Amino acid sequence: MSGQTFSQKILGAKAGKAVVPGEIVDVIPDVAMSHDNTAAIARTFATIGVDRLYDPDMHVIVLDHCAPAANEKFATNHQEIRAFVEAQGIESFYDVASGVCHQILVEQGFALPGRLIVGSDSHTTSYGALGAFSTGIGRSEMAVIMATGKIWLRVPETMRIDCDGRFAAGVYPKDLILKIIGDIGADGALYRAVEFDGPAIADMSVSGRLTLCNMTIEMGGKNGYVHPDQKTLDFLNGRARENFETVTSDPDAEYIERLRYDVSGLEPQIARPHTVDNVCDVSEVAGTRIDQVVIGSCTNGRLDDLHQAAAILEGREVKNGVRCLILPASSDVTRAATQDGTMLKLIDAGCLILNANCGPCMGNHEGALAPGEKALSSANRNFKGRMGCKEAEIFLGSPASCAAAAITGEICDVREIASPEALAAGLEA
Amino acid sequence: MEPITGKVWKYGDDVNTDVIFPGKYTYTVTEPAEMAKVALEDLDPDFAPNVQKNDVIVAGANFGCGSSREQGATCLVHAGVGAVIAASFSRLFFRNAINAGLPLVQSVEAVAALEKGDEVTVDVEAGTVTTQAGTFAFPPLPEAVIGIFEDGGLIPHTRKALGID
Ligand code: SF4
Repeated sequence: MSGQTFSQKILGAKAGKAVVPGEIVDVIPDVAMSHDNTAAIARTFATIGVDRLYDPDMHVIVLDHCAPAANEKFATNHQEIRAFVEAQGIESFYDVASGVCHQILVEQGFALPGRLIVGSDSHTTSYGALGAFSTGIGRSEMAVIMATGKIWLRVPETMRIDCDGRFAAGVYPKDLILKIIGDIGADGALYRAVEFDGPAIADMSVSGRLTLCNMTIEMGGKNGYVHPDQKTLDFLNGRARENFETVTSDPDAEYIERLRYDVSGLEPQIARPHTVDNVCDVSEVAGTRIDQVVIGSCTNGRLDDLHQAAAILEGREVKNGVRCLILPASSDVTRAATQDGTMLKLIDAGCLILNANCGPCMGNHEGALAPGEKALSSANRNFKGRMGCKEAEIFLGSPASCAAAAITGEICDVREIASPEALAAGLEA
Repeated sequence: MEPITGKVWKYGDDVNTDVIFPGKYTYTVTEPAEMAKVALEDLDPDFAPNVQKNDVIVAGANFGCGSSREQGATCLVHAGVGAVIAASFSRLFFRNAINAGLPLVQSVEAVAALEKGDEVTVDVEAGTVTTQAGTFAFPPLPEAVIGIFEDGGLIPHTRKALGID
């Protein structure tokens, strides 16, 4: 028998037997995450006819999708969730002052190597950046986990993407993942686990790896993965909630496909409306007028992302007529960026600092677009209507590309407007 | 399960959950009849007012990509859609549809043979799609999940498994 992939090992350990890709197993996850959709899930849970949660301690609930509530309807939704959390004795509850669910699971030490994590949110793929097996599920499935603890999962085939080289100044992990998605398409990794490896990944910060795994779903992937290394362990030191063992693919594991990228020659990438795989070099869309810029989200709203954007915006001004919204991924990020002066640089440049939540990323409230408007965002989706208006256009790029567009009022190559020092900033993490 | 016969609504590749059921409605539009009214709103405004019971959606690759939102599948069920035929499905849509008891057919040939307005019959038990151009076989659901589908979805299936029903 050939070696096993990390997915086989993690799912096999949970199933209590050796498993092969394609096999369907019933498993009990270590962590089950839900957000503002918990009220709907709780209502479905109530229809099953079980009174108490199978295990309140496996659930983590974060209010982030419209936080704080935009109106009575959202407020009632939150109220229902708080009552459910209280009634069921769920300890791991993060109310509206916390941040975006995926960042919370990472910061608060729930996302750990070797763990099986499911979430009723498609970007649950993020935690693979720390070596977990993590994937999105539906609301009814979460309701059934509440009742029985269990879910069925298909053991995925794994594709491996080896990344060589070094990023040029002004080019970031976001550009790499956009490039890959553009090349293989929105279904290029359908049903598959995607393992990122190679020297460029070893050099990459945990934050950059989170960006890659967060966007793995945008190419159809079931989960993303980076094998844990010293950077992972350093990041988890003092953060991990419990002991863990790293799980890695065997050297002779079978991959369904292998791709190789050299990041050295990569240009800044932009995804054009209305699909994430509609990707091009920035030069192809340079000059596109922009009304709103969003820097943040669970994809690129961490401290290093804000450092990169602030270094470019420092001492300059957001162009008149452009709205530049800063959307930190968590309140811890807001705190750190306030303490180290990053927020002041952004405010002085004319940016608007939002509270840490999903906000403009999915069009629930703050920062919606008007018909005919164009936005450049560092989030992960540019689908029609995503920012609340189907006659608006959304482009995606790195936080640095976003900062550059905020200054010039149009999509442009950040390397043409920023100093070498500014382009080198924020890479320390 | 009886074969389903209906009229075809045809779309392209990568139909995503934001155009099937816009994100801005995920916490505000919750009643089945209301959900049916906004189904495919940003893709095809003609769909919701005109869809008939048992009509069939036919689409290209990666149908239902994007969000995990279950309303992508349930709004179609509420709108009366009898089945979805596509070249391939996103993983989350696939799960959500099974869990909602919505029949899915993966068949590149059937997609190529069908146009908007055609009549089509989907026989889930026999694993066939019948069109004017002929009959196409499609692979059955994985054995491990067929029980969910046969019980009418995940929730009734779970109640049965727990001995509540
Ligand atoms: S920030 Fe955007 S992508 Fe991330 S969880 Fe919120 S809505 Fe989803």
